Amino acid sequence: MIKINNVSKRFGKLQVLNNVTLTCNKNECIALIGPNGCGKTTLIKSILGMVLPDEGDIEFQGKSIKNDFTYRNHIGYMPQLGRYPDNMTIGQVVETIKDIRKSNEPLDEDLLQQFNLQQMFEKRMSTLSGGTAQKVGATLAFLFNPSVLILDEPTAGLDPLAAEILKEKIIAQKTKGKLILITSHLLSELDELVTQLIFMQEGNVVFHKNIDTLKNETGETKISKAIAKILKQQTA
Amino acid sequence: MKMKIVLFFIALLIFAPISKATIIGVGKQKAFTQIKQAIAAAQAGDTVLVESGLYKEGNIVINKKIFFLGNNLPILDGEHKFEILSIKADSVTVKGFRVQHSGYATLDDPGGIKVYDSNFVTISENDLYDNFFGIYIQYGTHCVVKNNTIVAFGKDEQQIGNGIHCWKSDSLQIIGNHVSGHRDGIYFEFVTHSVIWRNISFDNLRYGLHFMFSNNDAYFTNLFKNNGAGVAVMYTKNVTMMNNTFEENWGDAAYGLLLKEISDSYISGNFFQRNTSGIYMEGTNRIKAEKNVFKSNGWGMKIQASCMDNVINNNNFIKNTFDISTNGTLVLNTFNENYWDKYEGYDLNKDNIGDIPYHPLSLFSVIVENNEPAMLLYRSFMVSLLDKSEKMLPSLTPENFIDNKPLMRAAKL
Amino acid sequence: MNKIIKFVIIDILKNKIVLVYTLLLAVFSWSAFGLEDNSSKGILTLLNIVLLIVPLVSILFSTIYIYNSSEFIELLVSQPVERKKIWQSLFVGLSLSLVFAYLIGAGIPLLLYAEQSVGLMMIAVGCIISVVFVAIAFLGSILSRDKAKGIGIAILLWLYFALLFDGLVLFLLFQLADYPIEKMMVGITATSPIDLARILILLHLDVSAMMGYTGAIFKDFFGSTTGLIIAFTLLALWIVVPFLLSLQIFKRKDL
Repeated sequence: MIKINNVSKRFGKLQVLNNVTLTCNKNECIALIGPNGCGKTTLIKSILGMVLPDEGDIEFQGKSIKNDFTYRNHIGYMPQLGRYPDNMTIGQVVETIKDIRKSNEPLDEDLLQQFNLQQMFEKRMSTLSGGTAQKVGATLAFLFNPSVLILDEPTAGLDPLAAEILKEKIIAQKTKGKLILITSHLLSELDELVTQLIFMQEGNVVFHKNIDTLKNETGETKISKAIAKILKQQTA
Repeated sequence: MKMKIVLFFIALLIFAPISKATIIGVGKQKAFTQIKQAIAAAQAGDTVLVESGLYKEGNIVINKKIFFLGNNLPILDGEHKFEILSIKADSVTVKGFRVQHSGYATLDDPGGIKVYDSNFVTISENDLYDNFFGIYIQYGTHCVVKNNTIVAFGKDEQQIGNGIHCWKSDSLQIIGNHVSGHRDGIYFEFVTHSVIWRNISFDNLRYGLHFMFSNNDAYFTNLFKNNGAGVAVMYTKNVTMMNNTFEENWGDAAYGLLLKEISDSYISGNFFQRNTSGIYMEGTNRIKAEKNVFKSNGWGMKIQASCMDNVINNNNFIKNTFDISTNGTLVLNTFNENYWDKYEGYDLNKDNIGDIPYHPLSLFSVIVENNEPAMLLYRSFMVSLLDKSEKMLPSLTPENFIDNKPLMRAAKL
Repeated sequence: MNKIIKFVIIDILKNKIVLVYTLLLAVFSWSAFGLEDNSSKGILTLLNIVLLIVPLVSILFSTIYIYNSSEFIELLVSQPVERKKIWQSLFVGLSLSLVFAYLIGAGIPLLLYAEQSVGLMMIAVGCIISVVFVAIAFLGSILSRDKAKGIGIAILLWLYFALLFDGLVLFLLFQLADYPIEKMMVGITATSPIDLARILILLHLDVSAMMGYTGAIFKDFFGSTTGLIIAFTLLALWIVVPFLLSLQIFKRKDL
């Protein structure tokens, strides 16, 4: 569904992505992990067209995303830190995005209700806590039933209850045959979600494997431990 | 039939000296079909009455005292070859003709109607169309030029004469004429004790009115509009200029009123509107200018350094780009009790006279005087700043260029 | 695209600064015309507003607004919207708001009090100048990610066009006073939108003085229909070029 071919990106002197090649198919839930500053967010932003790669190409459903924007109709994106216009209320943000996407499909307002956002529609974004802003981000990502979900640190800043709601939602979507891309530091919470793992370091993809293969290779049942083991093998 | 005519002529010859004033008709149905014959036949004091029609008789000379009248605007056509009417006798009256297409030459100045060395000639209510000179008076005294319409279509100053041209004459009256399309609308050279009243002179190539060496004249209530260079009064003294309107004389060398080498004159009640310069003075002395209105001119008055002892009182300066400018630093003229719409002072004792003096000369007008392209920057913030600072601390503009009693409100004129 | 423009305009209205600006323009204009007994002085006040306040407010407000919209831009960029549309909508929204503010604040008194030709010219030129400085703000703010630096650039640009440029021209004039530089000067003015605007108004306001020697050259150039078309085309270029440049940069910008 998404093919990333030899993508490189520099910010000044810093090589953020170094010849990254990846293929992400539908019906998968992929975790994108790695230390801070390894290029996860840049990779995601490249897929979304927010960052334009210096080299290489990204294909979405077989078509290059260069000079295209319509493909984003199929993507729901939840940013790491939801930054929204200060003057807008939650309601306006939701309405504006609805207006822009002009989706004819029935909307998935599930999260809207579960997060109780409707009662806060009149609140301005500038007055919201980080967690509430995240909730808005999550809601927007799922609202249009997109076939691809890109979630950047989805549970960071959410209270445990909300995090649980979101996790349930992700699992529910996974069963509908979508592609889900998640970045996270909290490896523990990925266990029940992901089917594949991409590990990045200093702009390079270290490996891209199925969880099952990974677990088999390492003999561990927890992702965190499996990764730790691999890293040890590599350094050794 | 032949007999009758012969008898008529005999009768004419016999009775003419006795009868005091005969009316001699000219026209298709009249005794004469040719004007020249009629004039030849006329006696002093007779009236030659020309019926309407087109007369192409070359140069017609009136050499005796007759009334030469047109009925229904007969047309005298010079076919671009001849001077049309030449008046060479005193007390001739010419009235009611259309005089057109005079000859064109630069040597002998052919005119539509030309007066040679004659007195008490009256030229009125004629329509002069497309002549080299319109009405030309030389060595005339006590002549009246009244209510004529004089139109030409000059393209080039060298190829066209003046509308009303007066030379070495005295005691003329130029009244109520309309002149357009000539070189100068009205031209006076060595003309004295004459008056120019209620004329309209517009769209002429050079000056609406042009005075040279003509002392002791006056012009009142004329309108001079959109002439190439406005009005010029030069090398003259004792001229009275009152209640005239000078309008829309635009161009680098165009002035509402150009005063050059003139002295002891009086300028009052005139209205200067939308001229590049309202009045331009050069070598002008002892002039009094009062109760004039200068409105929407580029420069209200340009006073060159060669002017002295002029008095400029009680004028209204309104909406001019620059009220006054000068190229000198010495001020030998006085300004008092004028109204300057740019004045920003106050009047605590309410006597309608501002309590602080006004400097009518702006820094920028001095800059533009020296460096013309600077006009480009006019009204820019930079220039406003310069002007404001100069108003507070005069450094470049002459300090005594001042109106000590500026009016708070425009004088009612 | 219309949706985004609508949103931008509503957002600007809520922001109230543009309303205050409208009110200020109105207070200035009405009092300028109301207090003076002759309308030409009022016109001069308005001229200074058009040449100083309008550019300043347009460039500063737009710059700050663009920086404050970075979140909104980011939000939209991740949505199925063309980048070009986002930037254009912001531009149209800002321009429309500022033009309306000028029309309501200064345009109405101009229509009521000023001579028709001067008034209409001032209205046209004021609107164009508003948009020109919005465009310049777009270019200035895309050049720097830092808001403080961006605002600094905006103020410097304004200072340059409103003040320094004329100072430089004046300096040049005196240095080259002995040469026939009138035609060159016409060319130089074309490089400042404020000067172009000022001369267009000057030709109506000080027509008599502009008919003088140098003036006649300007009048011949700017006063003729061709000149007028050229002047307005140049002003239009002052809108189009900075904006298109900023658009090219924005299209390739990483957010």
